[in-house]
Amino acid sequence: MSDAFVQLSDLTLSYGKSVAVPNLDLSIREGELIALLGPSGCGKTTTMRSIAGLLAPTGGTITIDGRDVTRVPANKRGIGLVFQSYALFPHLTAFENVAFGLRLQKLPEAEIKARTEEGLATVGLTGFEKRKPAEMSGGQQQRVALARSLVMRPKVLLLDEPLSNLDARLRLEMRTELQRVQKETGITMVFVTHDQAEALALADRIVLMKDGKIEQLGTPSDLYARPATAFAAEFMGFENIFRVEGTEVVTAKGRLPLEARPESPILAWRPDAVTVGSGPHEGRVAACSFAGAHREYVIDSALGPIKADAAIALPEVALGETIRFDLPLSTARGLAA
Amino acid sequence: MRHLATWSILGLTLTFLIGPFLIIILAGASATDYLAFPPEGLTLKWYLKVFTVESFRASFALSMALAIFGTFMALLLGVPAAYALNRYDLPGAETLRTIVAAPIIVPGIIVGLALLRYMVVPTGVTVTLALFMAHTALVLPYAVRVVSSSMTNLRADMEEAAVLLGCSRLQAFTKVVLPNIRGGVLAAFILGFVTSFNQVPVSLFLSGPGVRTLPIDMLAYMEITFDPSVAALSALLAFMSLAIVFTAERLLGFSRYV
Repeated sequence: MSDAFVQLSDLTLSYGKSVAVPNLDLSIREGELIALLGPSGCGKTTTMRSIAGLLAPTGGTITIDGRDVTRVPANKRGIGLVFQSYALFPHLTAFENVAFGLRLQKLPEAEIKARTEEGLATVGLTGFEKRKPAEMSGGQQQRVALARSLVMRPKVLLLDEPLSNLDARLRLEMRTELQRVQKETGITMVFVTHDQAEALALADRIVLMKDGKIEQLGTPSDLYARPATAFAAEFMGFENIFRVEGTEVVTAKGRLPLEARPESPILAWRPDAVTVGSGPHEGRVAACSFAGAHREYVIDSALGPIKADAAIALPEVALGETIRFDLPLSTARGLAA
Repeated sequence: MRHLATWSILGLTLTFLIGPFLIIILAGASATDYLAFPPEGLTLKWYLKVFTVESFRASFALSMALAIFGTFMALLLGVPAAYALNRYDLPGAETLRTIVAAPIIVPGIIVGLALLRYMVVPTGVTVTLALFMAHTALVLPYAVRVVSSSMTNLRADMEEAAVLLGCSRLQAFTKVVLPNIRGGVLAAFILGFVTSFNQVPVSLFLSGPGVRTLPIDMLAYMEITFDPSVAALSALLAFMSLAIVFTAERLLGFSRYV
């Protein structure tokens, strides 16, 4: 791992007696945009806080740019963090919020002014210098928070759920903004999210976490197409995940035969990988909703509910009617047990 | 009918709130040599006499000093206490809050007697020091309460943000926490000042020869002299409190914090 810019080695983080993150190893390259993805309680926020220095690890080391910072206090670590709540200082204007860290460094006034204005310009907030946080929208506040971190020229910028507090339109805007800022500054960014769509859209690599461990690490297209475990597959939108016994897929409800004996112990199908309208199996339509380019069926089958997308060209099957379907091996994703 | 009831309640409330105040203002202006109401003739001489009574000047100075320094000391202790109670998940935090509130809940007479019997007599502290400590303790509950309530909206991640921008924990407190609770601290100061200044029962026990707070001095004065100057002084003090609270309300919306 010679090209690692941020290196977590054997990192253990605990709260009292409960271990949130046991023995984590992770290397992040310079200029990379990494997503720590997982459900709440998976240790992603804990990991981020320890990189920032807000949480002392109980074991292991954190190296940034070749320097062991495990024992370096948060205010000397040179890391930026954009909080989920933005954490702006309510008594200060946008300008003073952004200038806050620069003033602490006792830089000349002219430089503070220039860098602050540049920072506000980077996030598109020129002209908002005199506004107080309470006089700005959530999106604008987040931009101030981003600028406040960026002007410090941090080695690593951490972002806690950067898009979750924004509405759909702002979310798209901020996503583009973050990618642009990252490209322009070349800064190494780590962001925490529970939303796989956010991670897929934004990250260079995704670290999928579960119970404080890395479940899978890869590029978005890697994770999307080739999840390794049932947990990863579920997170990546594989709605139909079944255990294999011999040449059958099995659930607690029942079993269905496959065309051949698969190699993997677990098989998963996305809704669009299920064949609808033809095939050896039969089920009853439990729900059907129109989704523009396709129809989303929930088929009540021998395995229980199966989610399947049907091309819009196929005639609609009414609720309660019988529908034919297939779980082809060719479209299945084999998973490790 | 409903209206009538509402208005009479309002009328009675105002009468009992403002009535006594009007009575002392007028009684202090009576031209008689004794306290009289309704006043017989009107004069300002008692209002002026107040300023010439030597003991009033001394006790006013003492009361002022106690109110200012006692409240200041209470804030010095109370602000960090409020911060700790808000910020950390302390074991027994609720018990601590109750203990801190005790001086308001326990009757002043008991606090006074207890302080006299178990603090002043055994240790032999000077009267001034005893008064100072007692007033600090009496104001402390207000300081903790009022400052606490102004801190509840202050999120911990604001301080973490300050630390990540280069602050030490202490700097994060002075640069981020303090400016944002300034209103609460000022409100606590005013409330503490007024409470301390008007305090009677505790001071009654702790006052000593030649060292009296103004309210106690007024009581003593009345035992000997029964002229309207005490009413005049009361009216002046009421105006002072009113002016302080009014200014505070105008400047920082005092009532938000109390």
